[in-house]
Amino acid sequence: MLNSSTLKSIEGPRGPKPRKILSRRNIILYGTLIFVAIYYLVPLYVMIVTSLKGMPEIRLGNIFSPPIEVTFEPWVKAWAQACTGLNCDGLSRGFWNSVKITVPSVFVSIVIASINGYALANWRFKGANLFFTILIFGAFIPYQIMIYPLVILLRDLGLYTKLPGLILIHTIFGMPILTLLFRNYFTTIPEELFKAARVDGAGFWGIYFRVMMPMSLPIFAVAIVLQVTGIWNDFLFGVIYTKPENYPMTVQLNNIVNSVQGVKEYNVNMAATLLTGLVPLAIYFISGKLFVRGIAAGAVKG
Amino acid sequence: MNSIEIKNLSLNFGEVVVLKDLNLTIEKGEFLVLLGASGCGKSTLLNCIAGLLDVTDGQVFINEQNVTWLEPAKRGIGMVFQSYALYPQMTVEGNLSFSLKNAKLAKDEIKKRVKNASEILQIKDLLKRKPAALSGGQRQRVAIGRALVRDVEVFLFDEPLSNLDAKLRTELRVEIKRLHHKLNNTMIYVTHDQIEAMTLANRIAIMRDGLILQLDDPKTIYNFPVNKYVAEFIGSPGMNFLQGNLNNKDAPNFQIDDNFFDLHGYNFEKIVEDKRPVWLGIRPENIIVNDGDKSMPVNFDLVVEIVEPMGADTLVWSHFNGQEFRFIVDGNKAINIGEKINVGFDPSHISIFDFDSEDRL
Repeated sequence: MLNSSTLKSIEGPRGPKPRKILSRRNIILYGTLIFVAIYYLVPLYVMIVTSLKGMPEIRLGNIFSPPIEVTFEPWVKAWAQACTGLNCDGLSRGFWNSVKITVPSVFVSIVIASINGYALANWRFKGANLFFTILIFGAFIPYQIMIYPLVILLRDLGLYTKLPGLILIHTIFGMPILTLLFRNYFTTIPEELFKAARVDGAGFWGIYFRVMMPMSLPIFAVAIVLQVTGIWNDFLFGVIYTKPENYPMTVQLNNIVNSVQGVKEYNVNMAATLLTGLVPLAIYFISGKLFVRGIAAGAVKG
Repeated sequence: MNSIEIKNLSLNFGEVVVLKDLNLTIEKGEFLVLLGASGCGKSTLLNCIAGLLDVTDGQVFINEQNVTWLEPAKRGIGMVFQSYALYPQMTVEGNLSFSLKNAKLAKDEIKKRVKNASEILQIKDLLKRKPAALSGGQRQRVAIGRALVRDVEVFLFDEPLSNLDAKLRTELRVEIKRLHHKLNNTMIYVTHDQIEAMTLANRIAIMRDGLILQLDDPKTIYNFPVNKYVAEFIGSPGMNFLQGNLNNKDAPNFQIDDNFFDLHGYNFEKIVEDKRPVWLGIRPENIIVNDGDKSMPVNFDLVVEIVEPMGADTLVWSHFNGQEFRFIVDGNKAINIGEKINVGFDPSHISIFDFDSEDRL
C-alpha cells in the first residue's frame, strides 16, 4: 500500500511551490522594516507620553515611562492659554491664522495651476513652450534671492504683513511645481478625448470642467496634499511676511517653545507641537482614501 | 452636388511637410476611404477636414460652405476615433447627449435623438452604463452613436476598427456598411487595412507622403494600379513582381534571361521604347495551374517550395528564375513540396511598371 508521501513523490511537484515564512529574505526584509518603523515612532511616543504627564512627573526624568496620572491639562493650556509675547490665548490664534492662510492659498494655487496645466497640455498656444520653460525655471531659483524683492513688492501693493499678502506669496511659489504636475497629468489623458469633446462642441471651459476635471481627481488629491502640508508647515514666509497677530501656527509654536522666561513646560510644548502637526497628518489619512477612489473613478482603460 | 471639397490643402508641422497641395472632391452620399501606411498623412487630412488642425494653406468646403476657419462643432461633422474616446465619467446616455447639451437643444429633442440612435445601433440596454463596463465592440457602437445623434451631413472615421479583435472587426465593418446604406450620409473613413478599404469604399484614395497616388473605385485600384507602390499595397497575398526587360520591336514581349513571355493582349497605357527595364506584376490568384492542357497564352514551369493551406485555397511559394513567386491553387488540390508544376497566365491580367519611375506602362 502507498502512503501519501510516496504518492506525492511519484506524481512530482504540483500546484503552488511551498514557501517558508521564516526564510532569510523575509527575516531581513521585515526585520529592517520593523526596526526603522520603531526608530521613527519612538520620538512620537515620547511626545505623546510627555504631553499627558504633569510637570512633577516629568521632573523624575523617565522620558520613556508611560504617565502614572494622565492629564489633558497641557493640551488645554497649549491650545488656549500659552503665552507668546503679550498674547496669552494659546495656539488657537495661530491655528485660525494658518487656516485663513492655507485654505485660500491651496484653493487659488490649485485652480490657477490646473488651468495653466490644462492650457499648456491641450491648447498649444504660441509661445507655450517658452512660457513653460520660464515657469519651470522659477522652481530652481533659491527663495533667498526673492525674499527682499517680494517684501518691497508687497509693501507697494499695501499687502505687507497682511494675510492676503502671504496668500499671494504661497500661490506664486506653488505655481511652478503644481503647473508641471497638472500639465504632465493632462498630457497622459488621450488626445482623442480632447478632440472628441471639441467635435461635440465643448469650448475651453466646457472641456476643462466636464471632461478633464472629472478625470483628474487623483492629481487634484496629490496637489492638495502637497499644498496643504507645504503651506501649513511653512515657517519662513510666515515669519517674514506677517506680523505677530497674523503669525501662522508654526511661527507661534516656535515662539511658545523658545520663550526664555519662566519654567520650560515640556508637556505644554509637546502638546503644542502635536496640535500643529495634526492637520497635515489628517490630510494624509483623508486624501489617501480619496486618492484610491479617484484612481478607480478615473479608470479609462478596460 | 459636392459634399466636401478640398482645395490646394497644405499642412506643415514646422519644417516637416505633411500634406502637399492636395485636392479632393467628395460627392454627397459617397463612402470614401483614405488608405495608406502609417505616416502617409491620411489621419492628418481627416483632422484638417474636422477642423482639429489648422491648415497651413488651402481651403476646405463642406456642403458648399467654406469652413476653413470654422470650429469643429460648427462644420456639420461627426467623428469616430480609434480609441473610442468616450468620456469615462459619463454614462452611455451622457456620452450620447453631451454634444446636444452643448448645442443647447431642448430636453425632449435630446431624448428623442438619443433613443433613435440607440435603437439603430442596438445599445438601448446599455444607456445607464459607464464606458468601463462595456466591451470594445459596444464602446465603438457608442462612439458611432455619438456622431449619429448630431444629425450631421458628414461622418469621419479615424481607424475605428483597429482596436477590435478580428471577429468583431468584420462584424462592425458590415454594420458600418449597413449604416451607410440606411443613412446615405457622406462618410470618410481612414484605415491602413486594405480589406476594410476594399469592402466599404465607393472610392479609395491611396496616400503616400502626403499625396494621393490613386483615387478610384476599389475594382480599378485592384486591377489597374497606377504604380508599383499601389500594386504592392493592395491585395493579400501581395502581387508577384518579376524584374526583366520589355522588348517592343515587333510583338511586345517580356524577357527574363532566356525566358520570353508574349504580352499580346496587354493594354499599354503609354508607348514604350524597345529594351526597357520593367517590373512585371501579377496577382497570385491570376496564375492558373495547368493540368497538361496549357490553356493560357503564357506558360512556364515552377518547383513547389512551401505550401500554406488556408482552407478555401492554398498559397504556394516558389521561385521563378531566382525571383520569388507565389500563386494560389484550390484548397482541395494535392500539392507536394519539390513537385514541378506547369502554370500559366493571361497577359490581360497583369500590370507592367517602369523599373525607374515604377509607374504603370
